[in-house]
Amino acid sequence: MKKAHAINRRGGAHRLGACALAAAALFTAPTPAWARTTQSITDTRVAWPTLSDLISVITLQGYNTRLVVLSTAMLGLAAGVIGSFLLLRKRSLMGDVLSHATLPGIAAAFMVMVAWGGGGKSLPGLLAGATVFALLGVGCVQLMDRHTRLKDDTAMGIVLSVYFGLGIALMGIVQSMPGGNKAGLESFIYGKTASMVFNDFVLIAGVACACSAVCLTFFKEFKLLCFDDGFAQSQGWPVHTLDLLMLILVTCVTVIGLQAVGLILVIALLITPPAAARFWTEDLRKLMAVSAVVGALSGWLGASVSALVPRMPAGAIIVIVAAALFVLSMVFGTARGVLVRARRRRRLDRRIARQHLLRAMFELNEQAPASHTGQTTTQRDASVTFRQLLAARSWNTRALKRLLNRARRAELIQPTPAGAYTLTEQGAAEAARHVRNHRLWEIYLITRADIAPNHVDRDADEVEHVLGTDMVAQLEQLVKLPLPKRAVPASPHG
Amino acid sequence: MQWTHEIDTWIVVIGVLCSLSCALLGNFLVLQRMSMMGDAISHAVLPGLAVAFLITGSRSSVAMLTGAVIAGLLTTLFTQWVQGFGKVDRGAAMGVVFTSLFAIGLVLIVQAADSIDLDPNCVLYGAIELAPLDDTLFFGSRVPRAVPLLALVLLVNAAVVALFYKELKISSFDPALATALGINANAMHYLLMVLVAVTAVASFEMIGSILVIAMLIVPAAAAHLLTDRLGAMIAVSLVFGAASAALGHLAAITVPPLLFTGVQDTTTSGMMVVVAGVLFGTTVLLAPRHGAISKAWHRWAFSLRMLKEDALGLLYRFEELPSPPGPVSIVTMLCHAKRTGPLLARLAVIRLLAEGKLQRQRNGYTLTAAGRDQAAGLIRAHRLWESYLVDRIALPADHVHRTAEGLEHITTESLAQALYERTGHPATDPHGKAIPNPDHKQN
Repeated sequence: MKKAHAINRRGGAHRLGACALAAAALFTAPTPAWARTTQSITDTRVAWPTLSDLISVITLQGYNTRLVVLSTAMLGLAAGVIGSFLLLRKRSLMGDVLSHATLPGIAAAFMVMVAWGGGGKSLPGLLAGATVFALLGVGCVQLMDRHTRLKDDTAMGIVLSVYFGLGIALMGIVQSMPGGNKAGLESFIYGKTASMVFNDFVLIAGVACACSAVCLTFFKEFKLLCFDDGFAQSQGWPVHTLDLLMLILVTCVTVIGLQAVGLILVIALLITPPAAARFWTEDLRKLMAVSAVVGALSGWLGASVSALVPRMPAGAIIVIVAAALFVLSMVFGTARGVLVRARRRRRLDRRIARQHLLRAMFELNEQAPASHTGQTTTQRDASVTFRQLLAARSWNTRALKRLLNRARRAELIQPTPAGAYTLTEQGAAEAARHVRNHRLWEIYLITRADIAPNHVDRDADEVEHVLGTDMVAQLEQLVKLPLPKRAVPASPHG
Repeated sequence: MQWTHEIDTWIVVIGVLCSLSCALLGNFLVLQRMSMMGDAISHAVLPGLAVAFLITGSRSSVAMLTGAVIAGLLTTLFTQWVQGFGKVDRGAAMGVVFTSLFAIGLVLIVQAADSIDLDPNCVLYGAIELAPLDDTLFFGSRVPRAVPLLALVLLVNAAVVALFYKELKISSFDPALATALGINANAMHYLLMVLVAVTAVASFEMIGSILVIAMLIVPAAAAHLLTDRLGAMIAVSLVFGAASAALGHLAAITVPPLLFTGVQDTTTSGMMVVVAGVLFGTTVLLAPRHGAISKAWHRWAFSLRMLKEDALGLLYRFEELPSPPGPVSIVTMLCHAKRTGPLLARLAVIRLLAEGKLQRQRNGYTLTAAGRDQAAGLIRAHRLWESYLVDRIALPADHVHRTAEGLEHITTESLAQALYERTGHPATDPHGKAIPNPDHKQN
C-alpha cells in the first residue's frame, strides 16, 4: 500500500517547514554539476566567480552555458512579444491558468501513450497533451465567463486549481501504474533549465521564432483586438478566431516554457517584461520591442548568474532579474514611470500655485482702497503685503514664501522697499489673463448653465488653469461681453 | 478498498477541517472579485516561510504562521502599490508581485536546503496521507498534530466572520457604501488577506499549495450559483467543501482500481479537488436559476411562447385582409416569417391546438374565439407601440415595425393602456391599420 511505502520513506515525522522547503528541491531538481556544493546552512558564504568565469559565461563560451542562456533568452523574447498583447487585453493571468492547466494533459498523454504500448515519454506527444488541456482550460474559462454569473477572476481560479488537482490525481495514478518510463515526468513540469540538451534548444528557438513571426504577421489585427474589440467586430474581423489564435500562441510559449524553465518562470516571463515595457512607451510597436528586450535580457542575465554562482536556481534568478528590471522601469520609465509622473505632477502643481498667486495679487489690487482711483491701468503699481496674501487663500506661510520666491525669480513680482510685493509688467499681464479666464468661466456658468453666482468660484478656480486659447475664444463668443478686447470683466459675484 | 479507522478517518477529518476553513473565506474572495488574490497569496507565502526559518532556525508553527502572514500582507500591499503608483492593470500587478516573491522564496530556500530533510512531493501534492502518523498528545488522547492546528484556524476564521459579518458583507457588495457608513473597507480587506494567508499556510501542508486555491474558490463559486443570500451561500459552500473532502478521499482509494488494473489509489488532495470540480460542474449545469440547463430551458420556453404569439398574430393579420384566404398552413408560414426550424414551429402549433386557440381545418388552421382575443391583445400592443414610437420618439414610420415586433411580447395589459393614453387614443397605427380595442369590439 502506498501509505506504508510512504511511511518507510519518510520515517513518519513530517512538518510544515520541510514541506515548504521542499518546493525548492522541485524547482531545482536537477542541480547542475558546477553548482553542486556540500555547504551547510550555517555556511552562508557565497563563492564569488572569478573574472575569467564571468567572461566565459557572459560571452557564451561553454557549450552547456550557451545552450541554456540562448534558450532562456529566446524564450524570454517570445514571451515578451506575445505577453504584450495579453497585457493590453488585460489577460495577464491567463498565462497562469494555461500553465497550470497543462499538468493533466501531460499525465493523460503519458497514460495514452503507455496504453498504446509506447514508452510514454515522447516529447511531442506530451507537449501535444499539454497544449490540448491548456486550450480546454481556456475554453472553460471563456464559457464560464460568458454563460454564468461568475466573474472572470473566479472562472480563472477555478480552472487553474481544478485542472491542477486533476493533474495531480492523474500523476498519482501514473506513479503507481505498471509499465512506462515515468522517471523525469516531473522535470517536465518544473523545468530543467540547467540540463537542457540541444533538442530542447531547437524546440524552444523554433517555437519562439514561429510565435514571434505570427505575432508580427497579425500585428494589425491583434492591435485592433487589444484596443477596441467591439470596433473590430463591427468592421467584420473574425474576433473570436483572432482571440483563439492569440491564446494558441500563448499556449505554445507556455508549453515550451514549462518544459524548459518551469511553471512559475513562464508565468513571470509572460507578465513581467510587458508590464515593465509599458513604463517606457505608449506605442505598441515599441512596447513589443522593449518587452522582447527585457524578456531576453532577463533570460540571459538570469541564466548567466545562475551559471556563475553556486546554488542559484536558474528559473528563480531569471524571475528575480525580470522583477528587478520591472522595478527599475517602474521608477525610471520615461513614459509612465513614477519619477516622470511625479515631475509632471509637480510642474503642474507649481503652475497652478503660481497662477493662484498672481490672481490673488490682482484681485487684492482691485479691492485696494481709493488711493489708486483713476489709475485703473496702473493697478499693478499697488503693492500687496504678505499678510494680505496669506489671508487671500488657504495656503500656509512656508508654502507662500516659497511661492513668492519662485515668482520673484521668474520676474513676475518684485518686492517693494516696504517689504510688500508688486506685479511686474509681465506678471500683471499673466495675472490679468488668468483673472479674465476665471471670470469668463464664471459668467459662462451663471448665464449659460444657470448656476448660482455664489457657487461658481470654486469650479472656475479649477478650470481657469486648463482653458486654452480656442476655449477662451469660444467663451468670449458665448458670453458676449460688452467690453473692449482683453479687458478684464468685473467679478460677477462681487 | 481498505478503510483503516486510525488512518482514513483522520484523513477525512483533516480534509474536512481544511476545506471548511478555506470555503468560509472563499465566499468573500469570490464576491469581492479577489479569487486570484488567493492564488497570489498561496504562492507568495513561500518567502515568508523561508525568512521565518532563516531567522528563527526552527520550524515551529508560530514562526511559520507569522512569516506567512507578513508575506501575505506584503503581497497585497505590493500589488496595490504597483497598481496605484505604476498604473498597471490589476491582474498584471498581481502576476508580477507573486511570481517575484515566489522566486525570492525559492532562492532563500535553496540557500538553506542542505540542512533540511526533504520530501519534494509534499508541497505540491500535500501530505494528507501522512498527517495521521504525525500525532501528538491533545487533552490526554493521541490525535494527529494537524487536527488541533486546523481546528484552531477554523475557529478563528469562524469567529472573525461571525464578528465582522455585517462589515464583511457590506464591503463585499458595496465598498463605497461601506466607507460611507464608517466601515474601514481597507482594514476589512487586510483582515481577510491575513486570514487567507494563515489558512493557506495551515492547509498547504495537507493539500498542497495550489489546491488550497481550489478549496478556497470552488465551493464558494458553486454556492454563488445556487443562492443570492450571503448566509445561505456560506452554508452551501461549507457543505460543498466538506463533501468534496470526504468524497475526495473515498474516490482516491476506490476509483483508480476500477479504471486501471494494478493501481491501488491516488493522491487524496488531487481527488478532493477533482470531486470539488465535479460538484461545481454539476452545479453549473443543474442550478435552478443560474444553471446552464435551466437558463437554456427558459430561453427555449420564451422563444416557444414568442413563436406561439407570432402564429396568432399572423393568423389575425390574415383575417384582417380585405379577402381573407381562409385556413392557413401556419407551420410553413412561421418557418418562413420567423426563420425558425419546422420542429419548433410545429410544436408551437400543437401547443396552441391543445390550448384551444387554433382550430384545425381541412387545409390549414384558423383562430378560435379565445385565440382571436389573445391575438387582438398582441396586435393592439404592437400597433400602439408603433404609434408611440412614431408620435413620441419621432421615428420614421417605416422603422418601427421591428422594434414593435419585439416589444409586443413583453407588453402587459396596463402598459398597453398607458401607451393608449399617451398616444391620444388612436384608432389606427401609423401605417393606417386599425388598432383592436377590447372596450368596444367590432360586432
